[in-house]
Amino acid sequence: MRYEKPTTVEAATALLAGQGARVLAGGTDLLVQMRSRVLSPDVLVDIKGIDATRKITKDASGYTIGAAVTGAELKEHPTLSKDWPGLVEAANLIGSTQVQGRCSLGGNLCNGSPAADSVPGMIAAGAVATIAGPKGTRTLPVEDIMLAPRKLALTAGEFIVSFKIPARPAHGGDAYLRFIPRTEMDIAVVGCGVALALDAGGTCTAARVSLGAVAARPLLVEDGAKALIGTKVDDAALAKLEAAVRAACKPIDDKRGTVEFRIDVAGTLAKRTAKIALERARKV
Amino acid sequence: MQERVKKPQFDVVGTRPVRPDGVDKVTGRAKYGADLKMAGQLVGKVLRSPHAHARIKSIDVSKALALPGVKAIVTRDDFADQASEFVPAGEMLINYRDVVRNILAREKVLYEGHAIAAVAAISEKAAIAALDAIKVDYEVLPHVIDEIEAMKADAPLLQEDMITQGVTPAPTKASNVAKRVEFTLGDTAKGFAEADVIIEREFKTKAVHQGYIEPHACLASVSEDGSADLWTTTQGHWVKRAHCAKLLGWDVTKIRVTSSEIGGGFGGKTVIYLEPLALALSKKAHRPVKMVMSREEVFKSTGPTSGGTVRVKMGAKKDGRITAAEGEIILQAGAFQGSPVQPACMCAFANYDLENVKVIGFDVVSNRPKVAAYRAPGGPISTYGVESVVDELAEQLGIDPIDLRLKNAAKEGTKAAYGPKFGPVGLVECLEAAKESDHWKAPLGPNQGRGIAAGFWFNIGGETTVSLQLNEDGTLTLMAGTPDIGGLRASLCMMAAEELKVDVHKIRPIIADTSSLGYNFLTGGSRSAFSSGMATVEAARSIVKQACQRAAKLWEIPEEAVTWEDGEVRPAGENAGKHKPMTLSDIGKIAGKTGGAIVGYAAISAQGAAPSFGVHIADTEVDPGTGKVTVTRYTAIQDAGRAIHPSYVEGQFQGGAVQGIGWALNEEYIYGPDGKLQNAGFLDYRVPVASDLPMIDTIIVEVPNPRHPYGVRGIGETPIVPPMAAIGASVRRASGVRFFELPMSPPKVLKAMKAAGKA
Repeated sequence: MRYEKPTTVEAATALLAGQGARVLAGGTDLLVQMRSRVLSPDVLVDIKGIDATRKITKDASGYTIGAAVTGAELKEHPTLSKDWPGLVEAANLIGSTQVQGRCSLGGNLCNGSPAADSVPGMIAAGAVATIAGPKGTRTLPVEDIMLAPRKLALTAGEFIVSFKIPARPAHGGDAYLRFIPRTEMDIAVVGCGVALALDAGGTCTAARVSLGAVAARPLLVEDGAKALIGTKVDDAALAKLEAAVRAACKPIDDKRGTVEFRIDVAGTLAKRTAKIALERARKV
Repeated sequence: MQERVKKPQFDVVGTRPVRPDGVDKVTGRAKYGADLKMAGQLVGKVLRSPHAHARIKSIDVSKALALPGVKAIVTRDDFADQASEFVPAGEMLINYRDVVRNILAREKVLYEGHAIAAVAAISEKAAIAALDAIKVDYEVLPHVIDEIEAMKADAPLLQEDMITQGVTPAPTKASNVAKRVEFTLGDTAKGFAEADVIIEREFKTKAVHQGYIEPHACLASVSEDGSADLWTTTQGHWVKRAHCAKLLGWDVTKIRVTSSEIGGGFGGKTVIYLEPLALALSKKAHRPVKMVMSREEVFKSTGPTSGGTVRVKMGAKKDGRITAAEGEIILQAGAFQGSPVQPACMCAFANYDLENVKVIGFDVVSNRPKVAAYRAPGGPISTYGVESVVDELAEQLGIDPIDLRLKNAAKEGTKAAYGPKFGPVGLVECLEAAKESDHWKAPLGPNQGRGIAAGFWFNIGGETTVSLQLNEDGTLTLMAGTPDIGGLRASLCMMAAEELKVDVHKIRPIIADTSSLGYNFLTGGSRSAFSSGMATVEAARSIVKQACQRAAKLWEIPEEAVTWEDGEVRPAGENAGKHKPMTLSDIGKIAGKTGGAIVGYAAISAQGAAPSFGVHIADTEVDPGTGKVTVTRYTAIQDAGRAIHPSYVEGQFQGGAVQGIGWALNEEYIYGPDGKLQNAGFLDYRVPVASDLPMIDTIIVEVPNPRHPYGVRGIGETPIVPPMAAIGASVRRASGVRFFELPMSPPKVLKAMKAAGKA
């Protein structure tokens, strides 16, 4: 096995176009899979030598977050947690404190697990990935990147350089909740991200609802957003949200939960998540 | 923390000095099983079965042996077969015919993870390459995982010659039922006829692992003269020495076993897995061999304790007097016979003073790893069923669950269904402490409930040797042979310091190896503080006697004219002459001139172990939207006899409670239809983490054991007995639903609450 740490996007895409190459960001999934002999790549391409993957920049249009920025760095950023608390909280649920020093948004997404915590958080926030490849750079909304477990919409040589997160709306708030049988050190049985915006009168003008671990890929639930838009996010709207979310679930029975349980809990979590997002939107 | 420890009439016993092994543990210097290294050591690894059940047609190691860096391989051919012979191991029995088949499969593999071959190579990479190059030809057979399925007449047979023991006349056909046991007292038919209320329920529990954080590990070095050193993480190095010697056909004196520090055992480190393989590999390779299990190997190939089916029927009068009790307990043994069904049956109704009891148990093999002892083996399973039915009786009769238990509680003179009459025991005192506790009286919030349950464990004594040396500067060295898994060294030093009136920190304890001390049975059955404590006291008293003899010699007066008072050797009375009293330190300094070193030695078979009863109170909150159960408050109350070091007694109460909470709420072995374990890691085998739990409150009750010099009872096992029923009763009140199956995991709880219209 070869380890490479390119410093330019072009060098990285050239290496990644080769046989048996894998992207190494934080390595908190990849190295574990290598040690348990699930994966044995020929070339490890460490993207942390590329400046753009390691920094957070802010301008009027929002944030650009490098794909290899760690969970701890997201938390420590002076304004990100104020603007997108749900997204940061979701990313901070990955692993332990030690893992937070390494794990990244790019890695969490590209590991290709439907249960990744930061992904519904990013989808709710409207994150768009900037993807570099041998043919140049393109963008793709985060909800379109993962296709199925371990299967991504990236082609040979492509990797995610950064994510664009829009500026927070004037009265906007987001939240992420997950269900796990414990309180930490676990993987979501259901995850739910909600972002919404209110007008001055408190009516919901925009919303995005995303679910994790209830289908083969993280979901953007359009009907969930529709249940909220145009309402005061009252009990009636939340009941509609709950129904829409449950209808969108296509989970499996496995050791972490049954189909029935995941559908039930998704509805419960969506209501609870929306209430937190609403409170946050009202405060700003 | 509340304490009911009586004001100590002792100088040291009952205080809380810093433990002698503490600093090395918190600074990372302490050496655990995997921490020792030897020059030239090889890496040992085990090839394990991918199948739940298969006949081994052939094993070909030739390609693996030819690989670079591969120094030795052992298979079934390297171990002679053993005759069927049961020997005690902790509180369980083992059979060498089965042990030799468990360490390396012979005719068949009987569970996924069953060891087939072991290799020793110069690196981990070379060892893994060797495992990949071993060719095993299997004939895959149908498997059976569930114990009820395994009992059926058409179930796949694990051992084709297994005839159920304990049934007359003996069955003519082989089955997966190894043994039937029965305990009866009085006439249950008569008792049920007198009852006003009868409750009959069936409970299911899942196999759970001991979950020790330190995986099994050992290092073996066999010399060219056939003598061997074995360094291993174990609860009993003499016992492991015996097992290894038996399987290898060596004299025990050839094997010196040193027990490392131990990162948790809970019964699971009373069993040999790697040790005979490492010794055999080292002998073949002429190099030391180190073996360390992965967590996946620990889950798939060691431990767990049984899952099972428990049927309980109890009847009571309107006033709460229990008139009859029956139980049927079916336990998984794993691939080889020997579940803890006997202690499960014996424990089942031990909390109560009953006239009419009948308990039947079945030991059933299936395609799972062979069960190992786990903290009060069997007790938590049967007690979960019985205490849950007692809670339901209280509910139906409208009697407070503590009052119902007080009305029926076992006490001094109670004849237990399994035979003996209890001496002084503390169940009534524990129930009264529960009733008076702040916890029992505290208000509850919405979706919260409170449950209570009692538990019992026998505790044992047994063969124990301790050596106590008075050093030339007056300090002391204490050698014990029961590995310290819960603060033992601290407790032993405290008992010695109490006897000798010396500063506890002047005594340095070690756990000696098998060649340095006489035989010690293992740390199990909550015996170590009791038995090694008793031996320590005897050794200390021998030191006192020798000190008096030395003073007599020095002062040239008869031995009877010397007394031991307030930590000093003194002339007894005026007639003995005017001699300056001497402390032990003074005596130590003159030992060389008065006859040589002073060593107190006690080799005993400790008798008089006394049972310990406990009562746990659990508060839970149930989320009606997700079915998640959160423990909000928990109190463990238990009779310690005498708490030598209260912090470690509390630690045992807390640890047992936490393991029981895990068993109640989330822990379970999950098998797929292919007979393979799906959650062989701490991610999906969910032990509680610190943030899942409130601080576990403790109340130490002390009803001294009259058979121990300081009144000690074993306390390590009882704390895991009550939690499941206490949590069950609490969830019943918090959710409105009564559960009959463990674990009470969120999917099950939510489904049941929905069905009952409570979600």
